Amino acid sequence: MTQAVATHEAPKSFIRRYIFSTDHKVIGLQYLFLAMAAVTIGIVLSIYMRLRLAWPTERWPLLAKLFPQAMAGGTISPEFYLSLVTMHGTIMVFFVLTTAPLGGFGNYFLPIQVGAHDMAFPVLNMLSFWVTLAGFLVLLAAFFVSGGAPISGWTAYAPLSAVGEIAGPGLGMGQNLWIVSIALFCIASLLGALNFITTTLNLRTKGMSMTRLPLTVWAWFTTAVLALLAFPVLLAGGILLLLDRVAGTSFFVPAGLIVSDKILPHKGGSPLLWQHLFWFFGHPEVYIAILPGMGITSHVLSTFARKPIFGYRAMVAAIFAIGLLGFLVWGHHMFVSGMSPYSAIAFSLLTLSIGVPSAIKTFNWLATLYKAQIRFTVPMLFALGFVSIFVTGGLSGIILGQTSLDIPMHDTYFVVAHFHLIMGVAAIFGIFAGTYYWFPKMFGRMMNDALGKLHFWLTFIGIYAIFIPMHILGIAGHPRRYAETAGFDFLAPLQPIHVFITIAALVTAAAQVLFFFNFFWSIWKGRRAEINPWRATTLEWTIPSPPPHDNFGPQAPVVHHGPYEYSVPGAAEDYILQTAPPTAMKS
Amino acid sequence: MGFALALIIWAITLATVVLFAGRFWWFPEAISEHGPSIDRQFMLTLTIIGIAFVLAQATLGFFIIRYRRRGEERASYWHESRRLEILWTTVTAVVFLSLAVLGQRVWAKLHLNAPPPGALQVEVTAQQFVWNIRYPGPDGKFGRTRTELINDVDNPVGLDFTDPAARDDIVTVNQMAIPVNRDIHVILRSKDVIHSFWVPPLRMKQDAVPGLAINIHFKAVKTGQFEIACAELCGLSHHRMRGFLSVLPEPEFEAWLRQRASQ
Amino acid sequence: MAKTIPSLADIETITIGSRPPGRPDDGGRGGGERPPSLPEGSYRLAMLFALASIGMLFLGFTSAYIVRQGLGEDWRPFSPPSILWVNTTLLLLSSATLHRARSLLRREAIRESLRWLSLTTLLGLLFLAGQYEVWRQLTAQGIYLSTNPHSSFFYLLTAAHGAHLLGGLLALGYLTWRGWRRRLLLMGTPDHLKRYGALVGTAALYWHFMDGLWVYLFILLFLWR
Repeated sequence: MTQAVATHEAPKSFIRRYIFSTDHKVIGLQYLFLAMAAVTIGIVLSIYMRLRLAWPTERWPLLAKLFPQAMAGGTISPEFYLSLVTMHGTIMVFFVLTTAPLGGFGNYFLPIQVGAHDMAFPVLNMLSFWVTLAGFLVLLAAFFVSGGAPISGWTAYAPLSAVGEIAGPGLGMGQNLWIVSIALFCIASLLGALNFITTTLNLRTKGMSMTRLPLTVWAWFTTAVLALLAFPVLLAGGILLLLDRVAGTSFFVPAGLIVSDKILPHKGGSPLLWQHLFWFFGHPEVYIAILPGMGITSHVLSTFARKPIFGYRAMVAAIFAIGLLGFLVWGHHMFVSGMSPYSAIAFSLLTLSIGVPSAIKTFNWLATLYKAQIRFTVPMLFALGFVSIFVTGGLSGIILGQTSLDIPMHDTYFVVAHFHLIMGVAAIFGIFAGTYYWFPKMFGRMMNDALGKLHFWLTFIGIYAIFIPMHILGIAGHPRRYAETAGFDFLAPLQPIHVFITIAALVTAAAQVLFFFNFFWSIWKGRRAEINPWRATTLEWTIPSPPPHDNFGPQAPVVHHGPYEYSVPGAAEDYILQTAPPTAMKS
Repeated sequence: MGFALALIIWAITLATVVLFAGRFWWFPEAISEHGPSIDRQFMLTLTIIGIAFVLAQATLGFFIIRYRRRGEERASYWHESRRLEILWTTVTAVVFLSLAVLGQRVWAKLHLNAPPPGALQVEVTAQQFVWNIRYPGPDGKFGRTRTELINDVDNPVGLDFTDPAARDDIVTVNQMAIPVNRDIHVILRSKDVIHSFWVPPLRMKQDAVPGLAINIHFKAVKTGQFEIACAELCGLSHHRMRGFLSVLPEPEFEAWLRQRASQ
Repeated sequence: MAKTIPSLADIETITIGSRPPGRPDDGGRGGGERPPSLPEGSYRLAMLFALASIGMLFLGFTSAYIVRQGLGEDWRPFSPPSILWVNTTLLLLSSATLHRARSLLRREAIRESLRWLSLTTLLGLLFLAGQYEVWRQLTAQGIYLSTNPHSSFFYLLTAAHGAHLLGGLLALGYLTWRGWRRRLLLMGTPDHLKRYGALVGTAALYWHFMDGLWVYLFILLFLWR
């Protein structure tokens, strides 16, 4: 086993090489394909939701074929709508936004960018993927059990999630499967996180000091630390919830509940306890989703602005500040939950202070563009889109973070708009930027440029068309997770907005077909890529595309430069590879 | 490409500003005493973040056009400015934290103060898809309730009639009336799962948590008929959990209460 | 005295020894022609982070415990069954024997070290058996998982700790078995011994943490009010 590092030969059998592989690159691709499968399902579910919201009573015989059990009458029933809400949220947050940027790109590029042959613990890495996949399959199984998928939302607030089927459909076996799936996901994330941290700290190549790490590595590293500390708390909550459901304990279920005319035997539990445990995980999770996107954006912006990233140290400090503060603000999800109004004030102040490092990052990105020579490649378009969306989604947080403004805004569409932009769409833009940027390295071929640009335009405009009007719904008081507006007089006039959003969502979703087509077509038919098609500086651009099994061969690279040496005055070219000899920095 | 992107960003920014400034759909008119302060704080914040939004997007668009690639010219090797970094860090910190502090004023008034003495007490007990409203009756005291006595047909909150204080309690389903210009002290409970008491014109939202009695207080200053919505996912008919709030002049309220008591 | 094997602290300095003078933070631990870092150096680091993670799990449980205790008129703690004290002693002893095994290993007294390692494994096994006995006694008294919140937490926390300890026990058992099987190899080459020492050291880190965690849980469940 000691020799494993020295002679790093690719296993010969197909199974060991592509299925149960311990190669971080194969595992990274496995994660990416898993995320692609998950995001496809997640988008399909959101289409069903949007159709229900725009035309609540419409029959969809064709769509019913996919869910014959839940859509028996051909309509999307309110309970099925809530199942969709739950599954869409869970799939997107866990199996897309956590899986793709961290499990996918992180696995593939972190070892390469630090100059290592593989992750520190390849077997753990493989396990991490397979456990994630198991979690995903368990979650999907919830659609096919009696009662269907849970209707308690991705936050699974107790006691709704804790008292079983009698509180509503899907809260029986479906909810159990949901908990098991999340528990598996927690365990998988821990295995992955350990690898990321150890690899970053211990396997950096000669000359790769911490201050020469690309910002992507800093982001993955911080994300891994967050995952390592946040997921166990969700796991603890999940175990307690499962015990309340199946073993008759009373951690979250208070005494004397009457559900469907039955007095429940539980006593003394605290529903707020679940919320505290959930959001102690849940808020860092937001940053787990978005930090890698920030890292990729910085990386791509610098490359195509042909400028060093502005304020490298401030960027690293901001990543850390966001990560740290991320652990101290979970209470802002609970201002109106009945928790102490005094702690709400503390949480509110801490929450708005997160705006500061976030603003620093935005300013630094803008300053990176100042006096740049911008090349509008597809990854650059998505990175610029990320900045725009990050600003838009982040600023509404200044409203939600204030206790008194959260009173009218809490649990309305304003919140839905806010977190979709800042955590969902921004992260997805990061993923797209990363995909278009690294595709040549991963597959040795370029993605089609025209298709990529068309994909960007439709997605960028579509996303704004979907989510900006959602803010207005929230301001008008529309609570989230409502299957229709018909029940309330004050909601009925908002229906045209729902129709508009649905149409925008359909167009945006259709635009994603362009991406998938481009992706798979380019794998086989794309133009061959050179080693360094973007003329970028970091280590992944010094090795063949796609990289060989052991990345760097027997000779590990030696690093002499920082990660973003673009347009150095007096240098021969407008970029200096990290491995270029020290003399390349002449000025 | 740079022009197109900048134009799109600016167009989106403009559309967003028009949508927010035009107020084609907006808050319902505030009817509570604290409502206008929340609206003012909202507008203040919205104005500030609106300015930040426009500035950031406009700058982004401008840089995209101004610094698009021109021939083989090199970009400027400029990547640090201690002064700028300190400046924008300080400015954002001051602005954000001032907003955070300002945002606590209404909150403190609503939640850090006890309900004023003499406030009318109303108990709201949520259950899956129904709001049960209870008034203490002429004696001003809520009677004892017991879980075992709860019966959705004629005793939804489980009044224990062996307690004299319970006999004059008035219970209604989904119908809540309050007098205008008087402090109201609502005690929120839930029988089953978490619900949230949400009356948009009141600018009041508070979760009803099983096992807890949560106290809130407010004062309505305008009369009218309003809807009570549930704002916390509570099960399959969450979107139909509708109650009615009538804000009445004091005499009409008294009459309403008497009429309910006689039923 | 025989040449001592490098401790883990030494491994750290070996692997970062290639820093150029005058540039205190000029690089990672691998690079050049050498394979990037030694895997042994990563074990301890990864274990420390894994323990942080496990710590968070129990911190989550602890916060639930404190909140739930604060709520409870139904909180009825039982006093610790006396066998629990025996178990605690066994586990504390196992940490001591493991410490002894490690220091013997460092002095290359391999046979003696393996004896102490075997004893540690045995003590761990006895602890788990003892915990099972506690559960049996409690259920015989009619105290079940759902009887009251304190008993819920007791079963939950002992089960969670037991499961983690079982993991440590499997690791120790494996290392003991491997040690006896490759005893001669260990005596022969410093490389094998170093690697083995690093593995035992990492397992020991975990084991001591589990030991400390148990003491913490014991105090939380029975002594802390």
